[in-house]
Amino acid sequence: MTYIAKPKLHHPSLTKNRVGFTRRDYEGKISTLCAGCGHDSISAAIIQACWELDIEPHRVAKLSGIGCSSKTPDYFLGNSHGFNTVHGRMPSVLTGAYLANRELIYLGVSGDGDSASIGLGQFAHVMRRGVNMTYIVENNGVYGLTKGQFSATADKGSKSKRGQVNNDAPIDLVTLALVMGATFVGRGFSGDKTQLVPLIKSALAHQGAAVIDVLSPCLAFNNHTGSTKSYDYVREHNEAVNRLDFWPPREEITADYGEGEVTDVRQHDGSVVRLRKLHADYDPTDRIRAMSYIQEHAARGEVVTGLLYVDVDSRDLHRQLGTVEQPLNTLGAGQLCPGTTALQKINASLR
Amino acid sequence: MKPTDIAAPDYFHKVVDCQWACPAHTPVPEYIRLIAAGRYSDAYMLNWVSNVFPGILGRTCDRPCEPACRRARVEDETADGQSRREPVAICRLKRVAADYKQDIRGRLPTPAAQKNGRRVACIGAGPASLTVARDLAPLGYEVVIYDGDARAGGMMRTQIPKFRLPEEVIDEETGYVLGLGVDFRGGQYVHSLRDLLAEGYDAVFVGCGAPRGQDLDIPGRQQAAKHIHLGIDWLANVAFGHTTSIGKRVIVLGGGNTAMDCCRSARRLGGEDVKVIVRSGFEQMKASPWEKEDAMHEGIPILNNLVPKAFTHNGGRLTGVTFSKVRSVYDDKGRRSLLPTGEPDAHFPCDVVLVAVGQENAFPWIERDIGIEFDKWGLPKLDAATMQSTLPNVFFGGDAAFGPKNIIWAVAHGHDAAVSIDRLLNGEDIAARPDPMTTLISQKMGIHAWRYDNAISDDRRLRVPLRDTSAALKNIRIEVELGFDPQLAFKEAQRCLNCDVQTVFAPKLCIECDACMDICPMDCISFTCNGEEEELRPRLRAPALNASQALYVSETLKTGRVMIKDEDVCLHCGLCAERCPTGAWDMQKFLLQMTHAGPACRSASVPADQQPTA
Repeated sequence: MTYIAKPKLHHPSLTKNRVGFTRRDYEGKISTLCAGCGHDSISAAIIQACWELDIEPHRVAKLSGIGCSSKTPDYFLGNSHGFNTVHGRMPSVLTGAYLANRELIYLGVSGDGDSASIGLGQFAHVMRRGVNMTYIVENNGVYGLTKGQFSATADKGSKSKRGQVNNDAPIDLVTLALVMGATFVGRGFSGDKTQLVPLIKSALAHQGAAVIDVLSPCLAFNNHTGSTKSYDYVREHNEAVNRLDFWPPREEITADYGEGEVTDVRQHDGSVVRLRKLHADYDPTDRIRAMSYIQEHAARGEVVTGLLYVDVDSRDLHRQLGTVEQPLNTLGAGQLCPGTTALQKINASLR
Repeated sequence: MKPTDIAAPDYFHKVVDCQWACPAHTPVPEYIRLIAAGRYSDAYMLNWVSNVFPGILGRTCDRPCEPACRRARVEDETADGQSRREPVAICRLKRVAADYKQDIRGRLPTPAAQKNGRRVACIGAGPASLTVARDLAPLGYEVVIYDGDARAGGMMRTQIPKFRLPEEVIDEETGYVLGLGVDFRGGQYVHSLRDLLAEGYDAVFVGCGAPRGQDLDIPGRQQAAKHIHLGIDWLANVAFGHTTSIGKRVIVLGGGNTAMDCCRSARRLGGEDVKVIVRSGFEQMKASPWEKEDAMHEGIPILNNLVPKAFTHNGGRLTGVTFSKVRSVYDDKGRRSLLPTGEPDAHFPCDVVLVAVGQENAFPWIERDIGIEFDKWGLPKLDAATMQSTLPNVFFGGDAAFGPKNIIWAVAHGHDAAVSIDRLLNGEDIAARPDPMTTLISQKMGIHAWRYDNAISDDRRLRVPLRDTSAALKNIRIEVELGFDPQLAFKEAQRCLNCDVQTVFAPKLCIECDACMDICPMDCISFTCNGEEEELRPRLRAPALNASQALYVSETLKTGRVMIKDEDVCLHCGLCAERCPTGAWDMQKFLLQMTHAGPACRSASVPADQQPTA
């Protein structure tokens, strides 16, 4: 880890966004992760995305579980709300927070251990309930904090740093999310921010359960020959199905494109995700075909990245439950606890 | 762009902005670190080797290093809400080394045990000549310095007031040079270069300065001559104690550093109403900003945009000066002209005028038929690199070479001339100049431990404590600046960014994980596809708009991209190297020292019998 604080000085050209903050204002403490960790790149991408989206830091709640990945919320958005939950229980704490206050932007940060092992059930349920959140899995295929055992996302046949071969079938969180009903599913790579930043922006704007599986090489335990989560392997086998550009609702779309395969996806909040197709036959609005496409490529050892699925008609949990519009903390005691008469009325209606 | 050749000595030298800007290329960050470590004697010696007069320059240098300092480009309001951007107080830190050093006489070179039989004459005992003597005498040259004054120092002694530069400091540092076995002939003014050359010197160095003050030939000059003095002559008279008082109302004409010395001296000799009146605007004045500040701090007003028109007088007594009011207008080539505003003339009453409107070179003692050619401005025709005149064994330096500059330039000229003389008298081509000596050494001590303090101080530039003005004005020999004490010096030294600790990139080790780019507080590092420089600069992670600062371009990396680092605002904090998992970044100290006269400056082909025995 680094001992000195990151200097406060910044580049003279550093600009402020619409809400008056520089990109540096979205940083957190200096990272204590190993040098070169992919997770740090993801933190940088989250910082960049939040700055570009003009998000006020105090409107964000960042929640995480346990693990290297779950430490990272300390290293970005230092002025946002944070909750470091029990191992694998980030989704349920986040769901509770979301039910109490739907006005915050919910960012869940987790890892392959936290989400695919101890928290697999939680992962599945938060997807199927349609909690309006961005769920980022920092996926490195190993348990880094306990010195590099295979995690549940390690590919069958891949080798550990000491040469052992993994015999267990991997859990593919992207496929699982599609099965469980997530309405925004993407996969990125920590070493490619030009793809990752617009992916995170689009996910934050998505109204519903959005999951991004980010391949994030572990420099200490999983960046060797034989690993399928190393910088070299991912770079060689990365099959990006599309490139994204993102425009928030109020902004005019300015970029020019030549003739070609471009699809615009307008989300609920009015934001537009423009997809430049790299694989002509890929349709990110078809859940079933997306699943088979991902599986076909995985069988060939390829890693499909990009925006894999989006449902523009997503419904979130509050709409399903018909809950009150305002955050609970803005309601008075009388509204929150209407008393015996109101309870009797409800009971009577159910008899 | 092509990959950067970091082996070329100039590349990393330019990154050390202060050292690059210093005419003598003093290794500034290195001595600042020594000061922070309390190693004042070591800091002094490092300076002494480069610039010969650390104590004098620490008080009087024109500090070309400070406007160049990177610190002034990176400070902003993030630290304390103030938008001040100020360089490290490099000059005044140098004085700390001189003030707190121990006795360093044992560390100086000793007079040559054996002379090499070559004789070199230096004319004038100012900084340029003393530098030539310092470089050549220990090598065995018989160096003779002539000066019209009895004591060495030249303008440092005659023109700089003692309240800025105490006599002891001049005595000490000129003494170090004269103690190297130099034959100093004080009080021997050279009246004829022809006669001097006839004495059989192998080489002659002319370091006589720019000794003539420019006069102001306007009506009334002759009639009131008794009360109008040329600034540098008057300062010399004050320095030697010939002048000890002045009238109550004094006008100083001119906007350079000499004018500032004149007005502040006048305040101390009885001048109560002292004004500086300048043709140009305040910003355009030639005086250094800090010298203007010091004058104003002593209650001296500076009046601008006034052109002297006439001296008014009554029966041989000066009564004042009339000025016409002007404004500065610049044409599209940036040339200034002063246009009258049309307002009525202004008259300022006074008893004395000091004219400090410029200095000129004067070589009445150089015969025009001995082979030394002069240009139309009366300056000798010289080779700017070798300082050689059209007479091959005569060299010039200091103000005598290219007109009035300053002490540090004189020192640089002296070093260059000494190299030329040494090579010439060893039968070598003097146009071939020696490369500087450089080392590049990793500063890594542990995973995140370095041989230098890489934390960045948020402190603002510290002010040098001053003596109370009323006490300072009472005595012209009392030094105004008290200098930093060790605590202040440490704090100020910590502001230095250690720009000589270079970020060295090894492309073969890079795995392109982005860690360095993400951590860099100044967004200096980009990984991108290569291109032409003009096209690359604006599209880097942060635009690299300062074209005077280099881009460090790597060889092509695995993904086909290149690493590009904009050197402009790098803090040299080393975080890129700390966050690099493969050691592709390393912090390496680049130490550059100029090659001075001696065996190292000569080509390898020097016959053994001509090399001095150690």
